[in-house]
Amino acid sequence: MADEALFEFLHMEIVSHIYKEQQSGKAEMDNKDRAVCVSVLEGMGFRVGQGLIERLTRDSPSFKDELDIMKFICKDFWTKVFRRQVDNLRTNHQGTYVLQDNKFAMLTQLSSGKQYLDQAPKYLAFSCGVVRGALSNLGMESVVTAEVSVMPSCKFQVVIQKL
Amino acid sequence: MSRQSNRTTDSKKMNSELFTLTYGALVTQLCKDYENDEEVNKQLDKINKNISKWPQTFERGYNIGVRLIEDFLARSSIGRCQDFRETADVIAKVAFKMYLGITPSVTNWSPAGDEFSLILESNPLVDFVELPDNHSTLIYSNLLCGVLRGALEMVQMAVDVKFVQDTLRGDNVTEIRMKFIKRIEENVPAGDE
Repeated sequence: MADEALFEFLHMEIVSHIYKEQQSGKAEMDNKDRAVCVSVLEGMGFRVGQGLIERLTRDSPSFKDELDIMKFICKDFWTKVFRRQVDNLRTNHQGTYVLQDNKFAMLTQLSSGKQYLDQAPKYLAFSCGVVRGALSNLGMESVVTAEVSVMPSCKFQVVIQKL
Repeated sequence: MSRQSNRTTDSKKMNSELFTLTYGALVTQLCKDYENDEEVNKQLDKINKNISKWPQTFERGYNIGVRLIEDFLARSSIGRCQDFRETADVIAKVAFKMYLGITPSVTNWSPAGDEFSLILESNPLVDFVELPDNHSTLIYSNLLCGVLRGALEMVQMAVDVKFVQDTLRGDNVTEIRMKFIKRIEENVPAGDE
């Protein structure tokens, strides 16, 4: 089934819609508007991530520890959502993890280099939310950010919030 | 390992679940942004790109449809349809199956042969969805109408698409009515672009 294309189109439309909504009536977007757009997209991704992780882990046994959860995110969850596994997982063993995906699904259609680099964050916000939502329903509050230097490779930084 | 078997059976479903959940998030966001359901319906729909005042709901579907048709033609290598009946069959049997994994049935042809209904036994967009009472007039899957209209406009057919029945609002099946309006001329005037 060609759902990948359908989801990618829907995602593009959602990003475009949120940005257009924010801009309506104003000549230009300032940084505050951009921040609002990003947090709206991230919030949508959060809800989706929560739902997805519930479906995915319904029948699987509980996880041993934080690292086990992160490995699950990198392998099974990433495969289900982004159709490939994370290429590289690094951690400082103190709650910070960096997930590197060299061919991130949301960026492959944008460019394969430095072109449109400034547009990339718009298309990553939703995915950051998905990861944060998934972790949240697995019992881990986190802050997820993404950075891109060369498309379509992308690094997600997950910082687990300890209470 | 139980996790292994989950993967193989769910792998096809997972992509559609991602799409379903994301669509749900979009509709929720639109409901937050606009006060009444009619606005949201229009947003999901957007009938004509020339009518710039229409709220944007439909526009979303329309924009998706305009791009989806190219993807569809590339994947399916179907040639030009000879008439509206063939178009209906291609939409139901090839396009819906390819993107949503369901095959609606084509029925209720009008005597003139320019209107038909697509009956969907199940609608993947509404897999986990219930409409709360205060949103009973919301046409949840209105994006589909926009997609169909946008896609067909790119192959020079102007059609009117609307939901006649909707399982979310208590009907037994989901029925989409498509009406052929006219064939769009190939040469679009320069001012339109």
